[in-house]
Amino acid sequence: MRRLRYGEAIREAFMYLLDHDPKVFVIGQGLWSPWYVGSSMTDLDKLYGPERIMDSPVSELACTGAAVGAALCGYRPIVVHPRMDFLLYAMDSIVNQAAKWAHMLGGQAHPAVTVRSIINRGGEQGAQHSQALHAWFAHVPGLRVVMPATPEDARDLLIAAVWCDDPVLYVDDRWLYELEEDVGDVTVRSLAEESPKVRRHGTDVTLVGAGYSTRLCMEAAKQLTLDGIEAEVVDLRVLNPLSIEVPAESVARTGRLCVVDGGWRTCGLAGEVMASVLERTGPRVMRAAPKRVTLPDAPAPTSRVLEEAYYPNVDTVVRAVKELF
Amino acid sequence: MSVQMHLGVLADPSRGSEPVDIRGEDPGALRAYLRKMVLIRRAEEIIGDRVASGEVRTPCHLAIGQEAIAVGVSASLRPTDRVFGAHRSHSHYLALGGDLEALFAEVLGRDSGCSRGMGGSMHLYAGHVGFLGSVPIVAGTVPLAVGAALAARKDGRGDIAVAYFGDGAAEEGAVHESFNLAALWKLPVLFVCENNLFSSHLHISLRQPGDRVARFAEAHGMEARTVDGNDVVAVARTVRELVGRLRRGEGPAMIEAVTYRWRGHVGPREDDDVGVNRSRDLVLWRRRDPVRRLADAMASARLLDEESFAELQTQVAEEVRDAWARAEKAPWPPREALLSRVYWHGRGQ
Repeated sequence: MRRLRYGEAIREAFMYLLDHDPKVFVIGQGLWSPWYVGSSMTDLDKLYGPERIMDSPVSELACTGAAVGAALCGYRPIVVHPRMDFLLYAMDSIVNQAAKWAHMLGGQAHPAVTVRSIINRGGEQGAQHSQALHAWFAHVPGLRVVMPATPEDARDLLIAAVWCDDPVLYVDDRWLYELEEDVGDVTVRSLAEESPKVRRHGTDVTLVGAGYSTRLCMEAAKQLTLDGIEAEVVDLRVLNPLSIEVPAESVARTGRLCVVDGGWRTCGLAGEVMASVLERTGPRVMRAAPKRVTLPDAPAPTSRVLEEAYYPNVDTVVRAVKELF
Repeated sequence: MSVQMHLGVLADPSRGSEPVDIRGEDPGALRAYLRKMVLIRRAEEIIGDRVASGEVRTPCHLAIGQEAIAVGVSASLRPTDRVFGAHRSHSHYLALGGDLEALFAEVLGRDSGCSRGMGGSMHLYAGHVGFLGSVPIVAGTVPLAVGAALAARKDGRGDIAVAYFGDGAAEEGAVHESFNLAALWKLPVLFVCENNLFSSHLHISLRQPGDRVARFAEAHGMEARTVDGNDVVAVARTVRELVGRLRRGEGPAMIEAVTYRWRGHVGPREDDDVGVNRSRDLVLWRRRDPVRRLADAMASARLLDEESFAELQTQVAEEVRDAWARAEKAPWPPREALLSRVYWHGRGQ
């Protein structure tokens, strides 16, 4: 065991992949510049050269499409989008092409491409520099969506994503980069076998999150103990295909559910988790109506006063959970 | 230097109906071109007939009248090249050597189809001959071909990628981004623009300020040629030269082949009632028939007589009929195919 920060864990995953697999290369904007992607890719271009770490023109669509094309020819490219907002230019390559390729061609070809997209919000960045659109992508069959909440997952799920034979959207969060935790050695996992994990055991309520929202749940759980509430925290980790067993079993035990998500409310991840859990458990186990803590259905503001009201925080989660009792 | 915006005589339907120039070409190659063009035409005619009768439901975009382009391009390709098509790709698939019966089974939605009955006419696959896939999202595969070219360069065996697209795709941002990437990184990708002057019902004059698509490639510093797309020899010669450059690592290139589709945007009808000048021009474009023009040239050079041409057509017609009959008897995809192919090898379901 050793201490490792989330941002550095991502960098370690890149190094592990680049060291172990000659078919891996990275393409995207800002890869030769330290500020674009925080601590997560520092000096990789110097270590592995510009042929494997390709800083790119401002062409999200073509670069993502090119990665899909290279994947169809046996490579395992990682496309980096330093902000999720810009990823929207690449929707066709991801949603129409990569996600459908195996199915629509009868399972004869498959693009093993990883699209890494960073949620980068706060700091008055506003409506087009703040979005967390993971739920959109999790709606698309054929596209695996991964959202790590811990340094170990940030590293091991990136490795699993790149070595997965399907297209994967890997979503990491700048608000987690400084999170430091104990990590073990690299564990090579099959992404198809990965599912939600209980991060904290509790008996009174189930909190469900993914990525940064899992951190909010963990912090809220700590505070809730002061009120005598023992919260169980489930980290979804893989949003698509969504495996509901772990959260549903937890809710069956606790009888209370609060889902926390950094995306919008309507047709969002939180609503999907609530519906899927309840379909499975039935209403009788519920001791209170389920709750969700999400962004309000509004674009991100800039002014710090509005930002503070916009993003869920530990207090918002704690208040919501208390309403279940 | 000013931009050459217009095609000029190449787009003039009253010109270019003479036999093609076959001087210096290998007779065996010419016979192969002719046979392939006839095969594509007969195959698409039967598909069109079966769309009309209701037996085929998947949207079929027919390339009748445009056969020379795919045949001319494919003559310089090898199975390790990486070819991507679009919505009108039966010809691309067949010209590369994709299996006829598997194409028919695919448009019929059968399990033995080239995409296992999961794709229909608009999603064809024949990896063993280098046809990596076709899609109907306009320009959707152009960036994929750029990536396949990047992979080919990394592989270092001189393979190339080919992106087929139409004049309408030149109006998509994806094409311009792709041109920029390919030119910047000097990737071995051949952009093949089949300029048939129409995107669906809309003539190019209503969509672009010029009708010569090669100008966009030139703007990216790419080697670009505009040729008569109904002249299989001109296409084959031009592609041979461009592919040579590509295999030597001299960067991307484009061929714009000017042509005209005889049928509507989708389906078997001629659609002579839609679009600017279509009814008048179609009559003239039929005189530029790529099959007839090659056959006439070969007849003049005593490489073909009417009898052997008729025999060739009969043989192909039989081949097509037999393949269709077998495809019609093929089984439907199993119900589990609905979910088992969403993820590779069905994992994760």
